[in-house]
Parts: sequence; structure tokens; C-alpha cells
Amino acid sequence: MSVLADKNTRLLVQGITGREGAFHTIQAVKYGTNVVGGVTPGKGGTKHEGIDVFNTVEDARRNTSANASVVFVPPPFAADAIMEAAAAGIELIVCITEGIPTFDMVRATAFLNGKKTRLIGPNCPGVISPGRCKVGIMPGHIHLEGHVGVVSRSGTLTYEAVGQLSKRKIGQSTCVGIGGDPIIGTNFIDVIRLFNEDPDTHAIVMIGEIGGAAEEEAAAYIKANVKKPVVGFICGQTAPPGRRMGHAGAIVAGGKGTASEKMAAMQSAGIRVVKSPAEIGDAVQAGMK
Amino acid sequence: MKIHEYQAKQILARYNVRIPRGEVAYTREEAREAAERIRGTVVVKAQIHAGGRGKGGGVKLAKSADEAADIAGRMIGMNLVTAQTGSEGRKVQKVLIEEGLGIRQELYLGIVIDRQMGKPVFMASASGGMDIEEVAVKNPELILKEYVEPGFGLQAYQARRLAFGLGLAPELMTDAVQFMVALYTAFEDTDASLAEINPFLVTGGNKVYALDAKMNFDDNALYRHRDIKELRDLNEEDPLEIEASKFGLNYIKLDGNVACMVNGAGLAMATMDIIKLAGGNPANFLDVGGGASAEQVKNAFRLLLSDKNVKAVLINIFGGIMRCDVVASGVVEAARAIGVQVPVVVRLEGTNVDEGQQILRNSGLNFIVADGMKDAAEKVVASTRGIK
Repeated sequence: MSVLADKNTRLLVQGITGREGAFHTIQAVKYGTNVVGGVTPGKGGTKHEGIDVFNTVEDARRNTSANASVVFVPPPFAADAIMEAAAAGIELIVCITEGIPTFDMVRATAFLNGKKTRLIGPNCPGVISPGRCKVGIMPGHIHLEGHVGVVSRSGTLTYEAVGQLSKRKIGQSTCVGIGGDPIIGTNFIDVIRLFNEDPDTHAIVMIGEIGGAAEEEAAAYIKANVKKPVVGFICGQTAPPGRRMGHAGAIVAGGKGTASEKMAAMQSAGIRVVKSPAEIGDAVQAGMK
Repeated sequence: MKIHEYQAKQILARYNVRIPRGEVAYTREEAREAAERIRGTVVVKAQIHAGGRGKGGGVKLAKSADEAADIAGRMIGMNLVTAQTGSEGRKVQKVLIEEGLGIRQELYLGIVIDRQMGKPVFMASASGGMDIEEVAVKNPELILKEYVEPGFGLQAYQARRLAFGLGLAPELMTDAVQFMVALYTAFEDTDASLAEINPFLVTGGNKVYALDAKMNFDDNALYRHRDIKELRDLNEEDPLEIEASKFGLNYIKLDGNVACMVNGAGLAMATMDIIKLAGGNPANFLDVGGGASAEQVKNAFRLLLSDKNVKAVLINIFGGIMRCDVVASGVVEAARAIGVQVPVVVRLEGTNVDEGQQILRNSGLNFIVADGMKDAAEKVVASTRGIK
């Protein structure tokens, strides 16, 4: 078992003919993901890497019964691509695009309200259920099938954590990168709820960063609901306040969103919080015993 | 992106947000002429991208044009240190000369995007003029909030609710509501990330004004606001950070001596953290991007080494899609081209890691190859001690 993506995922690629979209489509297919079609307006009716291309998501869904979509559309058009997929009834949208204007995402998330669509991202590496399905840009080969759910705001730091787990022969049920932007479709609390309900996920790794209060909210949820062992790390402990650390959302503003606040909230929720990013693997190993 | 107070006021004026009459002056003489045109008591305000100017001596009253000229003459060129500039302060390049207004009430208005709600929040507080962040921590109930539906904008009833909540007199209502709605429209129209009016002033003559104004903008949306993009003031930014932005590198200069080059923002922050845990101090944050190319590595290297405080470099790359052997070749090529004089610790992980490490070892250059983040941090910190 896994969450969000599995063998039943029928994936569309929005922006399949772009450089990134094309490259990662091939990677996904190689990993065993069922890529059923692509969307590039104006290129409908053609094939790309052997995959049918459609003009609209609606067309693609009608012809392929796709239930998920990954978005590689450039920033000025990405929010529109998300809304198009949601309007066509796609259940899971994973938006990889980095650099979408915040107000575009404010409007897109308002558009998703009340729809059954779940959005992951934007500005995220995506979702992978090792051995089953890869929807995103993460390197598939560092993952291992297993029972640890990983949820994180960042990309390569997630790979770092996954690398530490796989090295210790600890596999993962699903790894979800929720994205580094201030406005994202799915937050820690949503993914942790899914992991908590998934009988095949036995432990959870949560990797947060400075900015916002999503980690604190997740900690409160964990305290009240989660019995599975949880390991946590917060990056940005040494970040200066008022500076945006790469991710649009990673900023300590008005004295809020500091690493120490988040770590304290997580610790008091019974989460095993590690200070060093090098200790994530060991902490999971210890916690699962 | 940040802009100056006078620029924010010019933008707001276009949306009919009432601002005091004022002019920018770059010299003592310009300040005198501006004060003569404005007449009466004026306020001289240093224009830097940092708050806390009043307490730092960057806001002064002048009763005459001569006095305004004297104050401006002293202010322009001075190094203004405020609670937000850090100890090194900021050089004042220009001042804003504004009409002095009679103060009856000083209030606070602010708009930001609320991350939890996923929509803009319009805040108002009767505790204006002081540190609003302190109010938020100590008395959060004193800050009134209205969430705004994107596309619909701030509704008049919401503005009225805020205005009555602030205790504004009924005769001010029309004026205050118009002001708040205009402020919100400016915020959404310009893709701002922050709009703050502190203080929001009620004069003895029962008019409302933006006595101070602060606006920040969403960098990702600047492509559709060319006029705002042009307001960027490079004098307010670190020269190395300006250089970095030309190469599409995400660089923030810090005070330490251990430079680091990392792919991905989260891993870059985590690398800074582990350097600190190992007893060192990071010299910078640098994200070369999720898929670092050889060219990016070279540019990044050059940038890091132009910081004279740097005593050692830590390169931490998790090669996902980007293969480690390609990164290693880039590092070797860059180190040769630049002629690196300080120890360089390289930690590679991910795709083709063995080939990558082999390339580093066979390069004939003096790289210190590390295994894992902890090992890398310890080695780089030790190497800074070695060359003291």
C-alpha cells in the first residue's frame, strides 16, 4: 500500500513537449509509471516519445481516463494549467513548476475549493511510491520499497533523507514533496493524515523548514492523533530573519516561523526531532525498533 | 523586491490613497528648494530599505527651509544604523521632504498573504506608530483582521468593520473606507507581498493619510510589472548578491568563514545548519539549483571566493537527475580555471557517486573528499582551523 500514487495511477503530463516535461516523462515511464497521455495546447493529435498528445486536459481525460496529472508548464501559465486539470475532474495534480506568482496560486487554490481534486505543490519534487509509481522529478533509484512515509517541503533535502533510509535498508511507502512556496495545495497535516490512515506506513519522517506555521499545525495534529513513530527535522536553524532562503516560503518574518519554535512544537508533540540533517536515518532506525 | 517609502507612496497615490505632499531630494540644496515649495514645518526622512528609521535618527522635523537643508545635509551620506540594518548600517543616498501634519490619531494598516488561509489578510490596529510585531506577540487581540476573497477585493462592509473597530469617528467613515479599499486594490493590482501603512494618520482636520508606507513585491510576478521592476535600488543590496542574481544563483551573504555551495534550497539551509553544529560559521547561503550545471558550479565558485572572509569551501551536491560525475568534472574545471587557494571539501551523493569521487581524486587538485554531511561539515570546519 501507499498513498496518493500507486499502480492504479493513470498519469497525464501537462507540458509534455517542453524540455523538462519530456525528460521526466521518459524517466517516469522507465520507473514503471503508467503515463497515459500528455497535454500541449496546439500539439493535439501528435505523439511525443510514443505518448499521445492532446490539446486540452478535458480531451486527454476523455480519451485516456487519466486520474492524475503532473504539471511542467512555465510559471506564467502554470496556475491556469492547474485550474484546467481540476475543471476536467483530475483527482490528483502534482505541480512541479517553480516561480509561480503568489496571487496566481491564491486564485488557483480558491478555484480548487469544493472540488475533489488534490493539488500537491507547486515548486515541489512530486510524489513517489517506490516500486510502483513516480510522479515527479526525484531520482527513482535512490528509493526503496518499504514502510516509512516521508513528507517534506524541499527537494534535494528529501533525497538526502531518503538516501539515508535506503542505505540502512529502510524502505519507503510514499515520499511526498509538498513544495517550498507560501501557498501550496497540500500541507504537512494533510499528508500526515494519509500516512496515519495507511496501514502499510509504519513510521513517518517530516522535514520542515523555516517560515509559516504548517509544522506547528502538523505537530498539534500528531499529538492528538498519531501513534506511529515520527521523526522530524527543521532546516534553517541558522538562517537570518527577514531573508528569503531560496524557497519563496522560507522566510522568518515578524519573528514568526523560526526553526526553534517549530522544533519545540514538534518535540512537545512527541516527535523525535533531530538537530542534524545527518541523523535522520539513524533516528528512524531507532524509532522503529 | 523592496522599494523606498517615496516610491511606495507614488504607487499608492495612483490608486487614490491619500499621502502627504512631498518631494525627494538628493542634495542639501534640493532639500531646501523642496521645503520652500512645501512651506511651513516639514519632515525630513532618510530613504533606506529598512525600518526603525525614526529611532535611528533618520526622521527629523524642520521648522524652516534652512533647517530642512541643514538636516538633509547631515543625513545624506550618513551611515544610518537602525534595529533592522544590522550594526554596519545603510548609507543614506536621498531624503524625502514632506509637509508636517497635525496628528490626532496614529493607527496601523497592513496587508499580507496569509499562508494558512491562502488568501490576503487586511489588518488594522489602533496601536499605530509603534512596533506592530511586538503588538502581534503581546496583544494579538488588538489586531483586527479581514480576509479578502481574491478577485472580489476588500468590500466596503469589511473596511467599515475595521474602521469602527479602530474607533474612528463616524464623520471619518467615508474617507477611511475609501482609503482602505484603495490600498487593497493597489496591493492586488501590483502583486505586492506586503503593504504597510504605519502610521495610518488621522489629522486634526479629520482627514486620513498614509504617513509612512512600505511595499514589498512578489519577485515571481515582476515579469508583469515592468514599471515596478525598474524601482529596484541596487545601492540597497549586497554587491555579491547582485552578482549572483545575474547568474540565476540564489546567494545570501552571511558573517562566517565557511563558504558553501549546495543544490536545492532546503539542503542548502541544512548544510548551513550542520556547519554550525560542527562548530563553524557559514559564510553564505548558496543554492545552485536542483540540477546544477558545470557552468553554474563555475560561477558559484567564483562568487564564493570573492568574499574575503572565506577560509574554506564546502560543496554539497545530491546528484539526482544531475549525475555526480558531471558535477565533479565541473568542480575540477572551475577550480583549475579560478586557481582556488583555500581548502575545498566536496561531498557528493546520488547518481554515479563513485565515478564522481574518482574524478576528484584523479584531478591532481587538493580536494578533500567527504562521505556524508556530518563528515563533510567536520572536515571543512577543521580545515578552517588548520590555516589560522
